[in-house]
Amino acid sequence: MSSENDFLYILPELTLIIGALVALLIAGFKGKKSVGFVANFGLGLMVLAAIISFFLPAEVVRVFNGLVINDSYSIYMKILTLFGAAATLLMIKNFLQSRKLDQPEFIVLLIFATVGMMFMISANNLLTLYLGIELQSLSLYILAAFNRSSTKATESGLKYFILGALSSGMLLFGMSYIYGFTGSTSFDLIAQNLSENGSSMGVIFGLTLMSAGLMFKISAVPFHMWTPDVYEGAPTPVTAFFATAPKVAAMAMIIRVLYSPFIDISADWQQIVVFVAIASMVLGGFAGIAQNNIKRLMAYSSIAHMGYALVGLAAFSEAGTSVKAVILYMSVYLITTLGVFACILAMKRSGDSFEKISDLAGMWRNHPIIAISLTIFMFSLTGMPPFAGFFAKFYVFSAAVNEGLWLLAVVGVLASVVGAYYYLRIIKVIYFDESKEPFDKMAIELKIVLGFATIFTLIFTFFPSTLLELAQNAAQSLN
Amino acid sequence: MSEWPILSIITFFPLLGALLILLLIKEDSEQSKNNIRNIALMTTGATFLISLLLWVFFDNTTADMQFVETASWLGGNINYKMGVDGISMLFVILTTFLLPFCILASWRSVKNNVKEFMIAFLVLETFLIGVFSSLDLLVFYVFFEGGLIPLYLIIGIWGGKNRVYASFKFFLFTLAGSVLMLLAIMAMYWDAGTTDIVKLLEHDFPAEMQTWLWLAFFASFAVKMPMWPFHTWLPDAHVQAPTAGSVILAGLSLKMGGYGFIRFSLAMFPEASGEMQTFVFTLSAIAIIYTSLVAMMQKDMKKLIAYSSVAHMAFVTAGIFSANSLGIEGAIFQMLSHGIVSSALFLCVGVIYDRMHTREISAYGGLVHTMPFYAFIFMVFTLANVGLPGTSGFVGEVLTLAGMFQVNTWVAFFATTGVILSAGYALWLYRRVIFGELEKESLRDILDMSRREKYILVPMAAITILFGLYPQPIFNVTSVSVDNLIENYQADMQRAGLLSDQPRIKASAASASAATD
Repeated sequence: MSSENDFLYILPELTLIIGALVALLIAGFKGKKSVGFVANFGLGLMVLAAIISFFLPAEVVRVFNGLVINDSYSIYMKILTLFGAAATLLMIKNFLQSRKLDQPEFIVLLIFATVGMMFMISANNLLTLYLGIELQSLSLYILAAFNRSSTKATESGLKYFILGALSSGMLLFGMSYIYGFTGSTSFDLIAQNLSENGSSMGVIFGLTLMSAGLMFKISAVPFHMWTPDVYEGAPTPVTAFFATAPKVAAMAMIIRVLYSPFIDISADWQQIVVFVAIASMVLGGFAGIAQNNIKRLMAYSSIAHMGYALVGLAAFSEAGTSVKAVILYMSVYLITTLGVFACILAMKRSGDSFEKISDLAGMWRNHPIIAISLTIFMFSLTGMPPFAGFFAKFYVFSAAVNEGLWLLAVVGVLASVVGAYYYLRIIKVIYFDESKEPFDKMAIELKIVLGFATIFTLIFTFFPSTLLELAQNAAQSLN
Repeated sequence: MSEWPILSIITFFPLLGALLILLLIKEDSEQSKNNIRNIALMTTGATFLISLLLWVFFDNTTADMQFVETASWLGGNINYKMGVDGISMLFVILTTFLLPFCILASWRSVKNNVKEFMIAFLVLETFLIGVFSSLDLLVFYVFFEGGLIPLYLIIGIWGGKNRVYASFKFFLFTLAGSVLMLLAIMAMYWDAGTTDIVKLLEHDFPAEMQTWLWLAFFASFAVKMPMWPFHTWLPDAHVQAPTAGSVILAGLSLKMGGYGFIRFSLAMFPEASGEMQTFVFTLSAIAIIYTSLVAMMQKDMKKLIAYSSVAHMAFVTAGIFSANSLGIEGAIFQMLSHGIVSSALFLCVGVIYDRMHTREISAYGGLVHTMPFYAFIFMVFTLANVGLPGTSGFVGEVLTLAGMFQVNTWVAFFATTGVILSAGYALWLYRRVIFGELEKESLRDILDMSRREKYILVPMAAITILFGLYPQPIFNVTSVSVDNLIENYQADMQRAGLLSDQPRIKASAASASAATD
C-alpha cells in the first residue's frame, strides 16, 4: 500500500518540517541576530506549503496505510490554517525585534505548531490525531510562556500546560476505550465497526471523554477556563496566534472525528455538541460584558464564536449544509479575528503596548481608518449584515433550523444579542468618548493584514459565491 | 425603461455619493465642509428625481411586481432580487423625498465631523431604500438590519446628552426582535426552498408553522413599529437623536414595521394573522389611548411627538389587521402621511431647538409674536397630526377607522377616542409653545424661519394639504395591489375555513373609484 507516492500528499508538512529544522540550524549558528531572517524564512515556508497544498490533487486518498487522509476538505482547512499562521507571523515580525521575544526559536516553535495542526486536519487514525495534537500543544505551551521575565506570561503558560495535559489525558483515555470496544484506531475501521454493531456503553464512554479533550482545544464551555487567562497573559502576538490558526485546526479535527468514524452514532454525540454550543454561546455572551481588557474580551468572544460554529456542527444530517456552514464560519472568524488583532497590536504609544478597552477612546479622531476597520470587525463579529459575519451566522443557524434544533437556534441568536453589547461597547469607546493621545504609526505588516481583513469583511456580501462554493466542495468531500 | 436596473440605481446611488465624499474630500475648512454638504444634498436630490421615474413609469393596473431585476447571489435559490408593487413603491419615494430634507436640516446644526455625518446618512439611505425595494427575504433582512448600523452611529455620535444609553437601547431592542425574524426566515427557506418573496407569497405554510412564523416576524416588526409595550426605546432614541436622525426614525424606520406587517405577516401567514387579529387589536387600542395620555404629560417636545407617533402607528397596525381594503389602504396612506407630518414636526422642533438649545415646552411661549411664519407652519402640521379634514392625516385616520369598524366596533370606538386625545395633546402643545404672551426674555430677539428652513418645511406643508384634499394619486397606486392582497387573503382564509361570520368585504369606495378612473 505504502509507496513513495504517499509522500506527495504530505509534501506541505514535509516542507514545513525540513524548513523548521533548517531554521533551527540557522538560529543555532547565528543566534539572536537572525530573528528577522528566520521570520521571513518561516513566512516563505508557509506560503510555499499553502501553494503546494493548493496544487495537491483534490481526490480522496488514504496514504501511509490509512494513517493520513487527503481530500478537498483537508486541503481547504490546511490552506486556511496556513493562511492564519502566515498572517500572524507577518504581524509578529516587527514585534519580535522590539520585544523580549527576539529569539528565532519563537518562529521555529510556531512552525512546528503549524505542522501539528496540519496533521490534526488530515489525521485518519487516532494515533496520527494524537501525535498532531501533542506536537501542536507542546509548541503552544512554550509560546504562551515565551516572555519568561513576565510573571503573567509564565502563569498563563503553566496554566495552559496543566489544563492541556489534563485534557490530553482525557483524550487518550477516551481513545483507549474506543480502541478497546471497536478493535481499531483507524477511522475507517471504527466507522465500519460502529455501522455494523451500533454503539455500546464503552464506545459512548470513550466518545464522551474524547469529546471533552477535543472541546478543550477549541476552548468550548465547560473546558474554557484556561482561555481568558492565557489570552490575557500571553504576549499579544502569541494571543493573536492562539485565537486564529489553532482554533481552525482544532475545529477541523472535531468535524473530521465526529463525521468520519462516529457518524453512525451521531445521536450520541449530537446532544454533547448541542449542550457545549449552548453553554459556550451563553457564557461567551454574558462573561464578555464585564471585561476591561481587550485581549480578555477577545477570549470570551472566541469562546462564544466556537459555540456558534458548533451550532452548525450539531445539525449533522446533511454534511453539505452543516459542514459547509462551519467551514464558512471558521473562515470568516479567522479573517475577522486576524483583523481585530492587527488593531490590538497597533495599540502602542512610544513603543509600549496598551490593552485596556478604554485606551481606544476617541480613536476615530486620530486614526480614522483603523477605527473604521475595527468597527467593521465588531459589527461583523456581532453578526450584523451586510458584513461577512452575518452570512457566517446565517449559515450555521440555518443548518440548525433545517435540523429542527429550535432550542439551540433561539438560545443562540438571543445570546448573540447579549454579545452584541460588548462589541457595541468597543464601538462606543472608539466614537463616543473623548479622545486620548494618538497611537504610534502602524507597521506596514499590520496594515497589510488589516487591509485584507477589512476588505474581505466588507465585500463578502457582494461576491459571496466563490468562498461558498469552495466551502461546499470541501464539505461534500467529507461524505 | 425595464432594461435599466432602475431600483438598484436608486438604491446604490447614495452609496456612490458616500464613496465620493469618503475618497475625495478632506474635511479641513469651512469651504470643504460646504462641499461635503453640497455633494450629499445633490446625491439625495438626484436620487429623489430618479426615483420619481418609478412613479412615472409605474403601471397602476397590475398587482404584479414591477421593475424587477435579478442577479445570482448566495446560490441555493437565494438571489439578489429587486422590484416594487403598489404597496412598496410609495415608500421608496417617501424615503428619497425625506432624505434631502434631512441633509438640509443638518446644514448648520451639525458642525463637527460633517464628513462622517453625511456618509452615515447616505449609507443609511441605501439601506432604507433597499428595505422597500428588495424582493428577496434575505436581501430584505440585510437591508432591514444593516440600517441599524448607521442609525446607531448617528444617534451615538451626534446625539444629545444621554445618547449612549439611547443608542444602545435602540440597537439592542431592535436587534433582539430581528434575530427571531431571521430564524423564521430560515425556517421559511427550508419549507419553501427559496427566499424569493414572490414565490413565498404563493407558498402555503402549514397552519401551525404559520403561528410561529407570525410571532417571530411580529417580534421584529412590533419593536420596529413600535407597538405598545415594545415602544420604550423610541422616546429615548428620538429625544437623543439629532433632528435629522429623528426624521429618519419617525418618518422611515417606523414604516418598515408597517410595511413588514402588510408584506409578510398578513400576506404570507394569513391564517395566523386571522387568529392574531384580536391580539393586535387589543395592543393597538391600548397603545392609542395609553400613549396619547402619556404624550399629554410630556415636558419635552420631542418626547411628546415620539409618543404621538406610537399612537398613530397603532392606527396603522389596527388598520392593517382589519384585513380589508379600507383598513390597509388607510394604513398605507396613514404611514405615508405620518412619514411627512411627524418628520415635519421634528423639523419644526429642530428649528427652535437650533435657536434656543432646549426642547422643554416650558421654555417657550408666545412665539407667534416673534415668529409668525413659523407659527403658521407649525399649525399646519399640528392640525395634520390631529387629523383635521383637509390635511393628509385625516384621510389615513378615517380610512383605518372605517376599516376597523367593519371588523370590530369596540376597537374603532377606542381608536376614535384616541383621535380626541390626540387633539388634546397636540393643540395643548401648540398653545403652550406658540400662543400666550411673550414672557421669556430670551425669546424676544428670536428670529423667524430662515430661507433654508422655509425650503424644507413649505414643500412638506404643501404636500400635506395637497394629499389631504386630493388623495387619489396615492390610491391609484396602491389599490390594485391591496385588492389583490385581500383577495388572496380571503381565499386563503376560506380554504382554511376560518372565514365564517365575517361577510366578504367588497373593495372600498376609494379603490372602486380608482378602478373606474
